Amino acid sequence: MYNLAKNYFKILVLMSAAQGLLISAAYAETEGHYGLGRIATQEEIAGWDIDVRPDGLGLPAGSGSVADGEGLYEGKCASCHGSFGEGEGRWPILAGGFGTLSEGRPEKTVGSYWPYASTLYDYINRAMPFTAPQSLTPNETYAITAYVLYLNEIVDEDFVLSKGNFSTVVMPNAEGFFEDDRPDVRNPTCMKNCKDPSSIKVTSTIAGVTPTEHMEENAPIE
Amino acid sequence: MKKLSENTTDLLQEIKTEAAELPHNKRRDFMLNGLKLTAGTALATAVGKVVAGQENLPPNVPSWQRSLGRGVVSVPYGQPSKHEANLIRRTVEWLTADKIASISMSPLHKMKGIITPSGLHFERYHGGVPDIDPDDHRLMINGMVERPLLLTMDELMSFPSESHIHFLECPANGGMEWRGAQMEALQFTHGMLSGSEWTGIKLSTILQEAGIKPGAKWVLAEGADAAGMTRSIPLEKALDDTLVVFAQNGEMLRPEQGYPVRLFTPGWEGNTSVKWLRRLEVGDMPWEHREETSKYTDLLADGRARKHSFVQEVNSVITSPCPENPIKRKGLLQLEGLAWSGHGKVKRVDVSLDGGVNWQTAKLKGLVLSKSLTRFAMEINWQGEPLLLQSRAVDETGYVQPTLSQLREVRGTNSIYHKNSIHTWQVLTGGAVNNVQLG
Ligand code: HEC
Repeated sequence: MYNLAKNYFKILVLMSAAQGLLISAAYAETEGHYGLGRIATQEEIAGWDIDVRPDGLGLPAGSGSVADGEGLYEGKCASCHGSFGEGEGRWPILAGGFGTLSEGRPEKTVGSYWPYASTLYDYINRAMPFTAPQSLTPNETYAITAYVLYLNEIVDEDFVLSKGNFSTVVMPNAEGFFEDDRPDVRNPTCMKNCKDPSSIKVTSTIAGVTPTEHMEENAPIE
Repeated sequence: MKKLSENTTDLLQEIKTEAAELPHNKRRDFMLNGLKLTAGTALATAVGKVVAGQENLPPNVPSWQRSLGRGVVSVPYGQPSKHEANLIRRTVEWLTADKIASISMSPLHKMKGIITPSGLHFERYHGGVPDIDPDDHRLMINGMVERPLLLTMDELMSFPSESHIHFLECPANGGMEWRGAQMEALQFTHGMLSGSEWTGIKLSTILQEAGIKPGAKWVLAEGADAAGMTRSIPLEKALDDTLVVFAQNGEMLRPEQGYPVRLFTPGWEGNTSVKWLRRLEVGDMPWEHREETSKYTDLLADGRARKHSFVQEVNSVITSPCPENPIKRKGLLQLEGLAWSGHGKVKRVDVSLDGGVNWQTAKLKGLVLSKSLTRFAMEINWQGEPLLLQSRAVDETGYVQPTLSQLREVRGTNSIYHKNSIHTWQVLTGGAVNNVQLG
């Protein structure tokens, strides 16, 4: 993302092209203390530097509509995540769950929980579909991102997402996060008579959910 | 059928007596073995009374001493004894949809000392274990640096390196039990935890080689796996004790642990130690990627969530007795456990036998290192009474491991991550140990 000044860069590219790896003493300032490795070329960086940030840095040129996203999502995503983002079987739920974050069983989804739309673009682009990561084009990723936002009622059905209008997308839970403020509990180091023994209530384990085959030979004395 | 000789009748009687002293489930096998032997002819008369199952016990000379063992390099890469086949990682199938994006736990109940054998280190990944050819692997450093670098493994490993012993823990360790106890085994309540000696280069050395530009505040670490795992690390941590690690316990990293190279952020939640590291990008703000928004954020009762909760606060657990290690005899008993803190050294561990009414300070055993597993032990005299065992660790910052009720009071039960509360094992009169919670 952060390109070097063009001339400086050209010299380096020429140098590495001409001499293989090493940069000669005349350009010592271009070398680190140990002189290990070589300068990565712009092309190499472009191929790997796929990350996208909340301020839009890293978004490629391109665009995609909710309408285009629908077909792509149906073909590449719905088998696991469900046609409405409801999640098939145990695969992750992508949509819904609004207003559940403070309930007993919160449903954390793109719409109910995620604070930034950039995270969605970045994640789909780097990791989805699960069995074929980094296989989508920028336009496909824009379209599928738009469609998942639409499934969460964050954009309208005629919305076209692009690098240009990305910052206009507002996520419902954008204000839902705060920086780590722990320690949030203070336990005194009491040593004697720290509580009333009769107040202790023992709650046992829910039976049957632990794989315990390996423990049988260690049965206790009877 | 042959008539049983008098000797054999004696023998059978003896087998029966022996069997009565064995745990129930071993008894049947023992009887069967005994009977098989009695059916044989060469038995008993020559040696006198060789009791089945005791051929290798004194006064008899064991079979392995009467023949030669195997030679060198018959197993070029040594393996544990076949009698330790039970000492393995295990998973809880229903936790995740797929084994490719899942977790396995270390068998803490059988582990000794503070180092986890590399093959037993817990596993956690989101896109499977990649099979990376180190010759084709590169580490790229880009972003706000003077010289964006591309390093081969050979070049990377030519920087000065250091070795440190540290624990690594998934912040979801114990996370299945916010609402109540549900795991009848230490391996599943606390096994997303391991300890190793890690060898690598200080991340500060590599960043300085690239030259950090003014204004830089964060570093993005990115994996070369199918998940393309990413985490944003504050520059302060990157320049403090963060390592770019290529070896674990004296050998190159295991594939499950990031071969050929991973990040290692001592004391921080495991996910920030990005494996299969392919790229480090320097920037001026966090990237807020999926693993630092959707996941690895701590949802509180009021619906707000804590983010960038990196540190694994002090924690401890008794590893013996535990559900897998019930008490087998009355008398003096060596209680043992593990304590660890992402803030530094463990200063003290107290143990309670009565559910937290009274506490005694345990002994710290062996090495006490910063951000490392630390062993504690206490001798107790058990006479068959029921116990409610607990351990409470204090680290060098003075922070005391909290009770579960204290955590629930401020966080609710939906946090998933960072449950470092005091754990309770219930010992029954027979010596069996149950996982319980105290209200
Ligand atoms: C084969 C099943 C499968 C398919 C097909 C698939 N995914 Fe996924 N998806 C997963 C799994 C598994 C995860 C969780 C991975 C993990 O645990 O890290 C996931 C996670 C996600 C998440 C993050 C959910 C969260 O709450 O953090 C999003 C968003 C997502 N997928 C979008 C997509 C999109 C868009 C497509 C189509 C381009 C797609 N997925 C195709 C299996 C699938």
